Amino acid sequence: MTLLTIHNISKQFSGVHVIDHLSLDVQEGEFVSILGPSGSGKSTLFHLIGGILSPDEGMIELNGKEINGQRGSISYMPQSPSLLPWRTVLQNVLLGQELQGKKDKEVAIRMIEKAGLSDYTHAYPSQLSGGMKQRVSFIRALLCPQRVICLDEPFSALDELTRLDMQKWLLSIWEVHKRTILFVTHNIDEALYLSDRIIVLSEKPATITAEFTPQFSRPRKDGLLLTEEFLEWKRKIYYALNSAGK
Amino acid sequence: MKTFFSKGWRSLLVLLLLFIAWELIIKIMGIPEWLLPAPSKIFTEAFINWSDLTVHLLSTVNLSVTGFIIGTCIGLLTAVLLYLIPFLKESLYPLLILSQNIPTIVLAPLLVIWFGFGMLPKIIVITLVCFFPVTVAALDGFKQTPTELKHYLYMAGATKRQIFWKLEFPYALPSIFSGVKISATYSVMGAVISEWLGAKAGIGVYMTLASSSFRTDRVFVAIFAIMILSLLFFAIIRMLERLVVRWHDQGDDSI
Repeated sequence: MTLLTIHNISKQFSGVHVIDHLSLDVQEGEFVSILGPSGSGKSTLFHLIGGILSPDEGMIELNGKEINGQRGSISYMPQSPSLLPWRTVLQNVLLGQELQGKKDKEVAIRMIEKAGLSDYTHAYPSQLSGGMKQRVSFIRALLCPQRVICLDEPFSALDELTRLDMQKWLLSIWEVHKRTILFVTHNIDEALYLSDRIIVLSEKPATITAEFTPQFSRPRKDGLLLTEEFLEWKRKIYYALNSAGK
Repeated sequence: MKTFFSKGWRSLLVLLLLFIAWELIIKIMGIPEWLLPAPSKIFTEAFINWSDLTVHLLSTVNLSVTGFIIGTCIGLLTAVLLYLIPFLKESLYPLLILSQNIPTIVLAPLLVIWFGFGMLPKIIVITLVCFFPVTVAALDGFKQTPTELKHYLYMAGATKRQIFWKLEFPYALPSIFSGVKISATYSVMGAVISEWLGAKAGIGVYMTLASSSFRTDRVFVAIFAIMILSLLFFAIIRMLERLVVRWHDQGDDSI
């Protein structure tokens, strides 16, 4: 079932076309990555879906309803953890629900436990490492009632080892909950490892130049990143990205 | 409390040395008491006069606490209004700064002419002195909210009101407290100045009586009383801050 439909949207800022007639469908429970050269308008796309901006043309539909310029229709995880420093981990995780009205402490505590952070339930963000903060940020996004989660380069500020850990962790959680995820990244490995479908954006103005659906089995096997098949996919996407950048 | 004793002893020692030097200079140079009394004289005077002094002290404490609470509330309210309604800020902010340029000494007698000798003109003086630091500090605090946090809340669908109460207000709390600390110490000064204009009791009254009868020792008793009161207010606000803004002590590099 198609959950999110982006239909032919365009956006320009003071005469500069950032997004040009872009269309995209996301199925329920699908993990879609958006890959693009930096400055290709990936964040703008998220701001449009998140309702902070309105498209100049076109329509964004969630579950059959138009959400152009409507904030709060999606759940969001930004690049920086954006935890409120005066709230404990538990209170931070509940923030998204609080904004929508309903709080469910039990579920939140269980989720924190599953994420391996039970010792930190009542700790403040300043006591956590960078990776832990991102975990908390992701749990917060998961606990939000909205059906689509948008992740905006969530692991780009982490070191390589932590990032690999976090990707594995993210998948382990996602495979249980099967939420619809839209994931922005500029890392090919990350996109391939995580997603069902990869969408390559062109340089400004952004349009979709290529789409890939790698069929790696889930749960992902260890050492997948080093297999011939994976590298073959990586090459293909690399060339697609390269030609998109020109 | 522990840190107070481990760090506070240095300043206490300096104070003690200062008193000793003062006492010695007066003994050696033979300065007459009406010109500059020795600390020992000042303390004995305070001790002997204690029952009389407490009446004045209580009256001043009462006045400054009332004025301080009203001033702080008005200061916070002004800050919130000015922040949430940009039009008000543009039109009223210069006026607020101007209000601080009127010397209190000049304004106070005018207020007495307009409002008489009751509590009202005194409260107005203290409020005028107290609200400004709070307003400025709170406005600065609101403005410094990190954009990424605001951005997150916007994306998550928070309303303007939710953003203010869940993000901007708590974020500004440390700034607000530094403003409140300043106005707490100002409030005592404000109370004393307003008592000079005419009151039945208060440190200000005690001070004018003492200076007009050349009781220099009593003037110093009043000065010390004001200092101790200010310090006490400051310490109380500091303690409140520790209770309310607990997250700030644990490092604020986390966003």
